[in-house]
Amino acid sequence: MFDTNELVLNMGPQHPSTHGVLRVVLRLDGEKVVDADVVIGYLHRGIEKLSENRNWTQIILLTDRMDYVAAATNNVGYCETVEKLMAIEVPRRARYVRTILCELQRIASHCLWLGTHAMDIGAMTVFLYAFRERELILDLFEEFCGARLTYNSMRIGGLPQDLPPGWDKKVLEFCRIMDGKLDEYEELLTHNRIWLERTKGIGTLTAAEAVDLGLTGPPLRGSGVPRDIRKDEPYAAYDEFTFDIPIGTAGDTYDRYLVRLEEFRQSLRIIRQATEGIPEGPIVGKVPRLIKPPAGETYHAIESPKGELGYFIVSDGKSTNPYRFRVRPPSFCNLQGLRRMVKGHLVADVVALIGSLDVVLGEVDR
Amino acid sequence: MDLFVIPLLKILIVLNATLVGVTYMVLLERKVIAWAQSRLGPMRVGPYGILQPIADAVKLMLKEDITPARADRWVFTAAPIIAMVPALIVYAVIPFGDKATLFGREITLYITDINVGLLYIVSVASVGVYGIILAGYASNSKYPLLASLRASAQLISYEVAVTLTLVSVILVAGSLSMVQIVRAQESAGWWFVFVQPLAFAIFFIGGLAETNRAPFDMPEAEQELTGGFHTEYSGMRFALFFLAEYANMIVVSSVATTLFLGGWLRPFPGVSALSFLDIIPGWTWFLVKSFVFLYIFIWVRATLPRYRYDQLMRIGWKVLIPLAIVNLVVTGIIKVMLL
Repeated sequence: MFDTNELVLNMGPQHPSTHGVLRVVLRLDGEKVVDADVVIGYLHRGIEKLSENRNWTQIILLTDRMDYVAAATNNVGYCETVEKLMAIEVPRRARYVRTILCELQRIASHCLWLGTHAMDIGAMTVFLYAFRERELILDLFEEFCGARLTYNSMRIGGLPQDLPPGWDKKVLEFCRIMDGKLDEYEELLTHNRIWLERTKGIGTLTAAEAVDLGLTGPPLRGSGVPRDIRKDEPYAAYDEFTFDIPIGTAGDTYDRYLVRLEEFRQSLRIIRQATEGIPEGPIVGKVPRLIKPPAGETYHAIESPKGELGYFIVSDGKSTNPYRFRVRPPSFCNLQGLRRMVKGHLVADVVALIGSLDVVLGEVDR
Repeated sequence: MDLFVIPLLKILIVLNATLVGVTYMVLLERKVIAWAQSRLGPMRVGPYGILQPIADAVKLMLKEDITPARADRWVFTAAPIIAMVPALIVYAVIPFGDKATLFGREITLYITDINVGLLYIVSVASVGVYGIILAGYASNSKYPLLASLRASAQLISYEVAVTLTLVSVILVAGSLSMVQIVRAQESAGWWFVFVQPLAFAIFFIGGLAETNRAPFDMPEAEQELTGGFHTEYSGMRFALFFLAEYANMIVVSSVATTLFLGGWLRPFPGVSALSFLDIIPGWTWFLVKSFVFLYIFIWVRATLPRYRYDQLMRIGWKVLIPLAIVNLVVTGIIKVMLL
């Protein structure tokens, strides 16, 4: 029936485990992957080009649509870049709230990662448990800004509105619930023999390889490189809190899993400190009515749940829209690692590795 | 009358009970997994969703029946039938109970008792594998092909381990007849699970693998092979595969109950202090025990991730088969020394 020795298997763009519309063309020898070709672009909406024809405030809404499971982080990254370009001082209260939102978003994004990753490996109960907790975060966001997925939750110079009364208590209550739930996830997976066999030694990347491939975020830290923009180049209010950067040793799927699980705990730690120490004061800095940054260019990066999310913006100083708008999406760069990682593994590992990289196709294709 | 009508009636009842049982097994699975995942499961069709299987069946029957253009038409049509039929005819030798008196007539609660019952089950159940292999092959599509290759390797290797454990049970019972095996447990006063715990464990794990259940559901692995061997099937043909899987689960549970948990016997048949339990009819015990098994099947699926294909083969050939052989040899030696 098939006359070649190698079987070319087209995985995606409609495949339950490629997390959206990723297409991987696998060359198989039996079930072993000889080579993999990653094809992207099925979700390209031209957000970067679109942004050059929108005014600076309208772009916030477009950034929601990139990494749609971590929209608030995208908003923060963009607003901070414009603030950097315009040299706007953001009030401390706004920076604290941004930190809380970013970390809540990190937990929500990691919940989605944990659920889908476990589901790809066959543990379907974890998926629903993780979504149950993600729901609590969405409720918090809904109370803050009225939306549950694409928040449009930031404004250049600060926040769109102040926190609703009693919101901070609900956040602390969520932290308390989440602590227990994390143990529940770990009970189902961390020491599960099947989980260990499926993730240990799969897709191993050394620290040097991970750096060469330009990986950031948990895939990089899983390989043992302690690089985290929250520590290295603090933004929002991260310099005021104590937290650790978990790193892995082996650089395999299991280490990336452990790193993300520890990030859950560190995020909770940051949220607790921020919520308890939230200062009073204004929520918006001194922003001109018409946002028109001076001519110049700037690059600003933040640590999104997936890695380094950077914005490069050029303003010509004359118009109310950017001259050039460019995003450095962590998912796109991390996806470069997939081909290196899957070689020599089996078909079943390919889905585990896609899950392990935690890519969001909305961000890869933009 | 006794020669034809009663066996025919029994076949009719068992066949219908099985088919209804299988469809409700699907509902049970959806409900139990939903509860494990803090959901409700089907709730819309009928109170608590109890009519869901009927709605599903109607839906599947009304669906368009698609045969891919490049499929092997005949094999493609035959495959689901080959998968389903063996799963149903196995019930011919499973003893649901001992005897019952109905309208003044003594009726045995099994369709037939042949002296090679266990052999019959093993051989008929093996035929079911062809359904999966042929389905993958005839679809002329890559994912089903990969899945059917997995399936053939998996089912053949696990069948070796399972059959070896059956041999050790036969050694202890001294018979291949399903009814005689239960009687042997009655006279021994112990369920064979206490005599052959290792064989029981191997049989259970092998049973999970042979019915393509999690954590060994490689041939259908939804997340990897998009449904596996039945990717190209739709409508009632898909339903046949689906039902065959659940029918096989019930077969494995029934066989495990008969061989290891004393079939229709009450717990501890040798302890006379528990004889008040005898007022519960034997077939109830049988159903309860089988149900426990089925529940564990579902429970395992809700809890565990999936093994990878090579790991599955490793467990089969390097762990289960050697253990089964050791178990068989030790059983044989003890048997010879005691006699």
